[in-house]
Order: sequence, then structure tokens, then C-alpha cells
Amino acid sequence: MAQYQNIFTQIQVRGPIDLGPPIEGQAFRTRSGRLVRLVGWFGSAQFGPIYLGRLGVASLLFGFLSFEIIGLNMFASVRWSPIQFVRQLPWLALEPPPPSYGLRLPPLNQGGWWLLAGFFLTASILLWWLRTYRRAKALGMGTHVSWAFASAIFLYLSLGFIRPILMGSWGEAVPFGIFPHLDWTAAFSIRYGNLFYNPFHALSIAFLYGSSLLFAMHGATVLAVSHLGGEREVSQIVDRGTAEERASLFWRWTMGFNATFESIHRWAWWFAVLTTLTGGIGILLTGTAVDNWYLWAVKHRFAPEYVQPYVSPPDPATGASTANPPEAKP
Amino acid sequence: MRAQLVKLGGVVVGILLMLAFLNAFGSTSAVQTGFRGVGMEQVEFNTRLAARLAANTVPDPIPAAGQEGELSAYAYKNVQVLGHLSTGEFTRLMAAITTWVSPDVGCVYCHAPQRDEKGNIMRDEDGYVIADPEKMSSDETYQKRVARRMIQMNLHLNQDWQTHLKQTGVTCYTCHRGQPVPGNIWFDPVPDPQAATLVGDSAGQNHPNLAAGVTSLPVDSFRPFLVNDENIRILSTVALPGTDRQSIKQAEWTYSLMMHISSSLGVNCTYCHNSRSFGVWDASPPPRAVAWYGIRLVRDINKNYLEPLAGTLPENRLGPTGDVPKAHCGTCHAGAFKPLLGVSMLKDYPVLAKAEPQPPPKPPEQGSAPTPAPEPAPAK
Repeated sequence: MAQYQNIFTQIQVRGPIDLGPPIEGQAFRTRSGRLVRLVGWFGSAQFGPIYLGRLGVASLLFGFLSFEIIGLNMFASVRWSPIQFVRQLPWLALEPPPPSYGLRLPPLNQGGWWLLAGFFLTASILLWWLRTYRRAKALGMGTHVSWAFASAIFLYLSLGFIRPILMGSWGEAVPFGIFPHLDWTAAFSIRYGNLFYNPFHALSIAFLYGSSLLFAMHGATVLAVSHLGGEREVSQIVDRGTAEERASLFWRWTMGFNATFESIHRWAWWFAVLTTLTGGIGILLTGTAVDNWYLWAVKHRFAPEYVQPYVSPPDPATGASTANPPEAKP
Repeated sequence: MRAQLVKLGGVVVGILLMLAFLNAFGSTSAVQTGFRGVGMEQVEFNTRLAARLAANTVPDPIPAAGQEGELSAYAYKNVQVLGHLSTGEFTRLMAAITTWVSPDVGCVYCHAPQRDEKGNIMRDEDGYVIADPEKMSSDETYQKRVARRMIQMNLHLNQDWQTHLKQTGVTCYTCHRGQPVPGNIWFDPVPDPQAATLVGDSAGQNHPNLAAGVTSLPVDSFRPFLVNDENIRILSTVALPGTDRQSIKQAEWTYSLMMHISSSLGVNCTYCHNSRSFGVWDASPPPRAVAWYGIRLVRDINKNYLEPLAGTLPENRLGPTGDVPKAHCGTCHAGAFKPLLGVSMLKDYPVLAKAEPQPPPKPPEQGSAPTPAPEPAPAK
């Protein structure tokens, strides 16, 4: 019996091109697809048809403008040297304006380019969101993908738009760059007293790690029963088969409880959505509602106290002697 | 056959991976310095320990000289700082300084060379330039004038900076390590030429920063923090907003300085900080206060001893923007948590412990024993 598998297997399903159901508004849609062996190693071997549409074209245009502004600024920052551009690329960035400009418009080379790139990138992302919504509607689908994407956009806007406005300074926003945005992240946590003590940061991490755990559990479960028809999980939501029954029993045996073939997808969707939603809330509270998360955690008594094997020195700047925290049980 | 080969390949790759991991585990070691499980530990690269030890060995001290004998202020001419030493102590220190600072060139690195009638510099049979015994007192070389200022600095540091140096103290060797110009120095960076144009300003950062652990953090954290006394503290001291307007960008400058300190001392953050809160003092390990004084010490060196040498140093000793070479934490520490791994050279050269009042000018043809000088030392 032939097996249908992929990700680096030789077996690919090949047949007539699947054009999907007839739908309204076929503008800018490539007429047909074609079979690509390379694509078939990873998923369906059929590439296309692609629907670009006016929203897609506008989104790509804005995205390209933003990409060019960022890239050319990086290129200029190494004085247009192609070799240095390649060597230093991970370090290069387009930096937001200095805090001294507040929310005023800075000169182009003092963060003006950053504002422009941010505007175009935001426009591109929002247009792409609208595209995912409109395409889902056109296909008669639910809009789950759009709302999950919206949650990620909320985190993006929190970092680069909403929080800087709340703080009154574009300088609080993230630079566009590979290492620079990571250094920014570390500096952000340091400046605001350790994001480890931000409860929404903790929630976001729990949902992030939870997402990967659920993804692994679900993927493993369905693969484990695929030879029993388990890959037809959507039909087994309502028409339970032996695959679903065995998979459910496995989880009840091992942990006493099982998600259903439908609810596991709601679990996964909510975990993914809540990762960026709680993350964005945590960002928005930082510097606006709480200025030092560690001291906030001490104030609200959820920063644990540890025994110190050393005597902390007084602050030499003030000479104020500080007592070590009282000894706590390990 | 093919499947067997694939399996064999898999086993080989697996063994190699395992060896790689074992090697990775073996290449570092950690010493716990705080409560278990909270990351309070010092990480060492085992492969670098031998090199660090070798780079921080202390030269053997020269046998001590007697206190008796004439004062060098009277025996020699133009002795302005060390005139209170006996000639024995004085020449011992000069010999030591030569081995610490210019072992290759010798005395003539600072002292005027001997010249023949035509004005050509004279050399001995080994090709070394000879110092002119008649002109040992001459200040004609800039090196001599700089060396005098550096001796004054050394005395000042040991006398007034025990908050940082404790009783270990410093000598010329702490920084020089056998080189006329210490290896770990810094200059102001060249201003970003793109800043004056329309595009590509780097905002003082976003290039590989070797001084700050190859991060993209601000390039020049030395001028603001180790010459000027810009505010390093960027954490608010209360939980809620309203009192502190420090920005994330300022945090990046502080972060850059801290990365420099970390790499200069060969330590990680938790040597000085409890990483749960970099700001609060009542959780910090004791070295943080020592480092606090160290930052002020470097400012003192740069502002009061090195930058005033601007008119003395020749152009080839200056940086790309014409600034003098300056010190940072690595100038003394050179990758060790304590310079020379904490070995005190000062105890063998106690004359460097503090500045002393200089003897008065010798009264012409009077009593032979000089009286203690009433005037204060010219140092500082």
C-alpha cells in the first residue's frame, strides 16, 4: 500500500492541478499551479495558484519601501562598502530617534528614516492582515488565522508604536537590526528592573513554551495514529474512528485526560494567540505602570528572598548602609 | 547494504556529537558564589586559565637597597619627585622601572642619548643606544617628562586610592608589563562621517564593538563614563514611574561600559551584581563597591594625569582625533579579576607607596646632614 508522507521522503502525490472551488473575484490570481519536486519534499507538491490582489500588491510595495529604507541606511552606515556590509550585517541597524526628540519629528538621519520605515512596515503588515481576512472570507472560511495574526501585530505595535507614544518618546522603540534589537531587548529589561518579575512576561513565556509543547504533543499523536486514519482528524471530530479512540485512550492512560480532535486545535490556537497578547500587555505596562519590576515584586512580596553568603556593601555614592535581606528558608 | 551504511554513518555522527558535547562540558568550569540555582557563579574557560596565569606572572624583585647614603636630591641634578630617596634606593627604582617599562631600549628610552662631535647618536658594541652620563638630568626627551608625571600618578594612586587598590597597590608594571606604552589603552573613536549626511547615521552604536564583548552596543562608553562623570545608573530606585527619566538608550551606554568591565576583568556580571537586580546594593556581592571606586580612579587618571599630557606627547603617540592615549579598566586588569592575580609588587618597592616632601635645596657649604623639608611635595 502506498504511503503518503513528506518532509524528505521520495513519495509525492502527483496528479491534475487542484484549482480549488470556484470563488468570486479572481483578480490578480495566477491561472494555474504547477508541481514542484522541491516543494513536495516539505508539503503539497503543488505550487500556486497565488492570489495577489490589490491589497497584496500594496502590502508588498510598502514592505519593499520599508526594506529598502532599512537596508540602504545600513549600507550607508558602512560608507557603502559591500564587503563591510556583508561582514557587519548582523550588527548594523536603523536606530529610532534620540529620546531628546520626544514624539516630535526628527531630522531624517536622526531617526526620521526609522519613523518612515516603521510607517511603511506597519502599513504593509496591516494591509497583509486585511488580505488574510478578505481571502478567508472569499473562501467561506472562518477568520481564525487573521485574528491570530492580529495578536502578533498587537505585540509589534505595542513595542514600536503604542508604548513609545505612552512614554512620550520614539526613542523608547526598537531599532531595526539583528543584534541591535537583541541588545535593545536586554537593555529594556535592565532599564526597567528585570522583566523576569513582570507577570505578563511570565504568562507570555508560559504560553510560548506551552505552544511548542502542545504542537509537539498534537503532531506526535496524529502521526502515531495516521496508519489508522488519524490524519483525517477533521472528519474524526464528528465521526470518531479507531484512530481517535486509541489516541484519546493513550492520553487518558498516561495523564488521565484527553483533549478531543477538535479542542486540541482550540488549545493550540489560544496558546499561540495568548503568547503575543500577554506579551504585548507586559510591554505596555513597562515604564508606564511599573518602572522597576524587581522592586515592584519586592513590594508585592512575590520576589523570593535568598540567603547570601556575602555581606553586601553600602552604596559608595550615598554611603547609606543597607542591611542584607533577612534570612529566608531555601 | 545502503541502509547499513546509513546506519553506520548515523552511529559515527552520534559518537562525534557526543564527544563534542563532552568537550564542551569540559571546557568551562563554574564556581558557585551565591544561593544555589540562581546563577550566582563565576564561569571560567579552562583553556584560557594557563594563558592568563602566564600573562600575569610578576617579575622577580631587585634586591633591596640600603637607606644610608646621600639623598638623591643632592647627589643628582633635577630630581623633583624622588629626591628624598637615598642614591641606593633611587638607582634601584630606576633599574626596576627600566625592566618594567623599557626592557628592550633601556635607560635611553627616557634619558638623553650620548652623541658624538657630529651630533650622531652613539651605540655600544651590541648596537644599543647609550645614555649620556652627563645628561641624565636633562628633560629633553618627552619620555622623561611623561615618566616623571607617571611616577607622581603612581604615588598618588597608592596613597589616595586604597578604596580600590587596598594594600596591594600598583607599580609601573601593573599597566606597562614590559612595554613603553601599555597594551590596553583607548583613544576617542573617529566621528561617524555619515552623521553629517542624509543617511546612515549609526547613532554611536550598531557596529561590532570589541571593547564591549563584540556586541552592537554604543562604541564610545569610555569618554562619557571614564573621563567625564556621566550618570551610569539607569534603574529607578522605586517600583512605580514618575521619578526616573532615564531611557533605554541610556541603558545601552551603561550596558556597554559594563560589558567592557566584564571582559577587562575576565568575569561575568555576577562577580559584582546579583543579576536579579543589577541596581540594588543590598543584594550585590562586595566587589561591586570596589569597582565603583575603580571607575572613579580611572576618571582621576584620565582627567588629571593623562589628558594634561596633550602638550607633552608627540603626534605619533596621539589617537586619530589627536587625543592622548587613555586608561580603562583593562589597562591594569588585562583580563584578570585582580591585576597580576592579586600579587602585590608594592611590598617590594615601598618607596612607591606615597609621595614624600622633597628635601630643601642644599645650603651652600654648610652642615653635611640635610634637614627634613618643610615644603609640601610638588605631586598632585
